[in-house]
Amino acid sequence: MENYEALVHQGFDGKPDTGDPAVLAWLIRRNGLEMSRISRGSHIGSVFSVAEIIAVLYTGILHVDPKNPQMPDRDRLILSKGHAGSAVYAALAETGFFPVEELKHHYENGSILSGHVSHKGIPGAEVSTGSLGHGLSIGAGMAMGARMNGEDWRTWVVLGDGECDEGSVWEAALQAAQFRLDRLVAVVDYNHMQSLFTVEKTLQLEPFEAKWKDFGWNAESVDGHDVRALRAAFERAMGNAGSGKPSVVLAHTVKGKGVSFMENNILWHYRTPQGEEYEAALKELEAQRP
Amino acid sequence: MRDAFVRALMEEMAVNDRIILMTGDLGFGVLQPIWDHYPDRIINAGIAEQGMVGMAAGLASTGKIVFVYSIGNFPTLRPLEQIRNDCAYPGANVKIVCVGGGFVYGSLGMSHHATEDMAIMRALPGVTCFAPGDPAEAEATTHAAVRTGGTCYLRLGRGNEPKVHEGPVDDWHLPAPLTIREGTQVALLSSGGILTQTAEAARMLEKRGISAEVVSFPCFKPMDQFAVKELSERFPILLTVEEHNVTGGFGSAVCEIVAELGNGCRVYRVGLHDLYTAVVGNQQYLREVYGMDAESIADRAEALLHEKRTDA
Repeated sequence: MENYEALVHQGFDGKPDTGDPAVLAWLIRRNGLEMSRISRGSHIGSVFSVAEIIAVLYTGILHVDPKNPQMPDRDRLILSKGHAGSAVYAALAETGFFPVEELKHHYENGSILSGHVSHKGIPGAEVSTGSLGHGLSIGAGMAMGARMNGEDWRTWVVLGDGECDEGSVWEAALQAAQFRLDRLVAVVDYNHMQSLFTVEKTLQLEPFEAKWKDFGWNAESVDGHDVRALRAAFERAMGNAGSGKPSVVLAHTVKGKGVSFMENNILWHYRTPQGEEYEAALKELEAQRP
Repeated sequence: MRDAFVRALMEEMAVNDRIILMTGDLGFGVLQPIWDHYPDRIINAGIAEQGMVGMAAGLASTGKIVFVYSIGNFPTLRPLEQIRNDCAYPGANVKIVCVGGGFVYGSLGMSHHATEDMAIMRALPGVTCFAPGDPAEAEATTHAAVRTGGTCYLRLGRGNEPKVHEGPVDDWHLPAPLTIREGTQVALLSSGGILTQTAEAARMLEKRGISAEVVSFPCFKPMDQFAVKELSERFPILLTVEEHNVTGGFGSAVCEIVAELGNGCRVYRVGLHDLYTAVVGNQQYLREVYGMDAESIADRAEALLHEKRTDA
């Protein structure tokens, strides 16, 4: 196989500046496209919608150290929508947790990189997910454990909007508020599309922000592709420590964001870009290179 | 067994501040001593078992040993996927505690009868499973659950069961079974609170001139392969007894071992034969209806021995 890292970093002058959230978001999409092509794996639409959310978290929001992934006071990130795992894999690899070259083994027999995010063998991945509705409860437990231990690290949980159909999300929402877990931050990738239809045609979540507020959370909505707005919202959520309430950021996104024919198209929850489609997607991404 | 569990857990909590107890809004009165002594280490998670077990997994990742308490099927079947994915897979130090294994909540109805839990929990890789037979075994298995890393299942009976062991079960190490009574003609293997009926059946058999050995298995996963092998070599018939469906439960675990030995030992499983309860009654009444009270166990053992003699 070709040198994978050289391929995805083609066009950058030297090593890409992965401390820049726009660069990291672009690399998440670039890797997402390549991993989907090589593996013929699905969920590229979700990877593209969550790209800025993950990129902003890994550029100065999460207190983590790629050289010491098990650092005791690290912030914990749980990707509860585990099907967008390649976005986290890409962010971890590009920020130095493991070699970028490893990404080409996504989905491969004998590889560590399963389609849904796994913690086994992957430095920096905290929790294995894939079945929806698990992550927020685990995050609530982590946040409670940190408080019991007198530690001040934060727990971040990235949820999907379709995932919020699961009753367990709302069990966790009640529990996190009841136990005043104000170092827990949830981020919803609100791309309005789920597996068959739109959110609106499936189980309507609106008034979504009001729901979270009614459940006792700090909640705000933000453009989930605007890295500055995301960072500001995340910083406000971090500032809510001490408020006695957990925080949620509803990040309004577009499924398939970045490739015109994938945007808002359910097909790309499943389809993998090959041949001309791959070339066309790559061309569009190249035009957006930061 | 409930009170024995609480007593043993409080002994452990006194010397190990990593231990936390979560309850799914149950344990009125029973857990009161823990609320009184350790109010910061007991959490009522509400009637939200999936959230409770997910939180337990998260707490365990921060170094806690988390006991999760509920009754009947609520701590197992309801949050099953959280136990599988979030606890057992990463090896989280979470101990699932069920009060009311079998027909304990008899007259409350089938929703409250835990009769598939042993099979289901036993099927999960990485889960150590305990089903103590009396209060002394409940204490011993509670201590063992604290000592055993990773995810455990502790299937208790109710409160105020009669003692089978005269004194405490000291120096017990899983998965060893405990011989309650020695015999020569048939062995009665029992796991869980049905032990009182199993032991009583052996006394009845003695009066009928039949010598039955009684062996309690407070741990049903892992199974003590060597002990089962030894029993299958000493006895032509093993009768397994569980207050549970025979599909996949304790008797199945014994069968799996004996079948692979191929030594001709016959195993008969006493338990619910692929049924849900469909009558109303208290625990003892239901045991009688479904053939797992002492007399039914004794009758079954006697009939099997008679068949064996007739065959010979």
